[in-house]
Amino acid sequence: MTTRTAFSDLRADFPLLAANPGLVYLDSAATSQKPRAVLDAVRDYYETANANPHRGAYKLSGTATDAYHGARREIARFLGAADADTLLFTRGTTEAVNLLATGWGQAHVHRGDRIVVTRMEHHANFVPWQQLARAVGAEFRICELTKDGLVDLDQLRALVTANTKVVAFGHVSNALGTINDVREIVAIAHGIGAVAFCDGAQGAPHLRVGFDDLGVDAYAFSGHKMLGPMGIGGVIVKRRVLETMHPYQFGGDMIEFVFDGDTTWNVPPHKFEAGTPNVEGAVGLAAAVRYLEALGMDAVRAHEMALTRYAMERLAVIEGLHLFGPASAEARSGVVSFTLGDIHPHDVSTMLDVDGVCVRAGHHCAQPLMRALHQSATVRASFYVYNTADDVDALVASLVKAKARFHAHA
Amino acid sequence: MSTTADGGARIAALYQERILEHYRHPRHKGALARATGTRGEKNPLCGDAVAVAVYVVDGIVQEAAWTGTGCSIMQATASMLMEFVPGQSREAIEGFGRRFDAMLASGAPDDALGELAALVGVAPFAARHKCARLPWKALLGAVGDGGR
Repeated sequence: MTTRTAFSDLRADFPLLAANPGLVYLDSAATSQKPRAVLDAVRDYYETANANPHRGAYKLSGTATDAYHGARREIARFLGAADADTLLFTRGTTEAVNLLATGWGQAHVHRGDRIVVTRMEHHANFVPWQQLARAVGAEFRICELTKDGLVDLDQLRALVTANTKVVAFGHVSNALGTINDVREIVAIAHGIGAVAFCDGAQGAPHLRVGFDDLGVDAYAFSGHKMLGPMGIGGVIVKRRVLETMHPYQFGGDMIEFVFDGDTTWNVPPHKFEAGTPNVEGAVGLAAAVRYLEALGMDAVRAHEMALTRYAMERLAVIEGLHLFGPASAEARSGVVSFTLGDIHPHDVSTMLDVDGVCVRAGHHCAQPLMRALHQSATVRASFYVYNTADDVDALVASLVKAKARFHAHA
Repeated sequence: MSTTADGGARIAALYQERILEHYRHPRHKGALARATGTRGEKNPLCGDAVAVAVYVVDGIVQEAAWTGTGCSIMQATASMLMEFVPGQSREAIEGFGRRFDAMLASGAPDDALGELAALVGVAPFAARHKCARLPWKALLGAVGDGGR
């Protein structure tokens, strides 16, 4: 047991986990649990500062505006972006990628151009680019993975040709846990003048992002996977890229002047945030990043890597268990994806569920990857700050039990 | 939240031996030499896929067979169903389909469903109802009602 650290008593901070001592929550890659500090921040916003931001000349509206943009500054700082107004709030990563594929894509990608994604993309960073390519008549190319579940960088270099306009890739694979070499992928894209857009849904919760040093042109994230509320997330876009983007949605707040025949646009970030914003979400997410900052992202990473290493060691000795993804814990985030002999992942998941062990079973919104792995589904356990070695032990014990039940009379 | 105490009993009912036995040794799995109707159904959320073929004469199912991949519940249901339907009319099968749905909703076993009554163990697992319903959907499509 190498993972008994200061993290072992965090469950008390999470009301849902504290109220269910028997619950072994191993599905944080789908969504994280929320600490009391986040729930309190949302409630506090409505009890002390609620009004429509940007709209009223009265003081309370100003308080709401300050809360909203204060949250933007805190989240931008957490992600390592000095220019907070280049952080656009969205409902999450899915909307952020759609914003990029529409607002940037329709301005820059034309017939004959090429879009490159990778085999490990979540549908949210695959389908918007595929559909953009179809709409404008561009080529849509998929970079395959190595046997170890990493992006094949040699193939990527070959695929990123002079007509390539964008390379869209995930920071961390939600299905395999692979941590991608962001700087190398960015170098390949920038080498021919393409932009590099990163889906950080599984990166921002677990790794220090450092946007300004990372080199990517855009980095999308989801608040609910990083201890924040559902329905808030965003994308940071380099200002020179942002300035070339068309609005994504039209409506209130994003306009400057509306004439009978045409309209002019507000400045970023407002230009890309039509309608009344999700202030409670932004405020809640700011509280979440404060919580993560207090833990320290390097300590978060160390905790998750130790848990992942321990889980990989214990899972490896279960006969018939096949683990997907990188062989070393250093190369992956806190995700273990596997199959258990001839037991269908959904049967595994149901049997674990009655022991209070919550895992995901399915294609993890990555059907192109699952086809390449020749699997219809896998079981995925994913770790976060509140998980401990005890959770791994409970997972392993439940898997052993499931095997015994299925094969008792075979 | 689940607890191990009642969870053990529920899981025993779900994965009872009769169901696992059908899963390990599925009946009537394969192609049908002569078929009057076929229907494939997929669950895009989990990747389960099943195809049912039936040979119907004068409105009565003579033979039924299935192919497919998926979880134990889906496969056991398909296997039991293929044994259950020969000799039944389309209308009778539709009626049994409604009784099967009612059994999943109520959690009370329905002896009229023969061996399929064992699938009452699926009832407490709402997320798994679709697994047991998928072969029914394919069968009803194959016998010609276009599914439910």
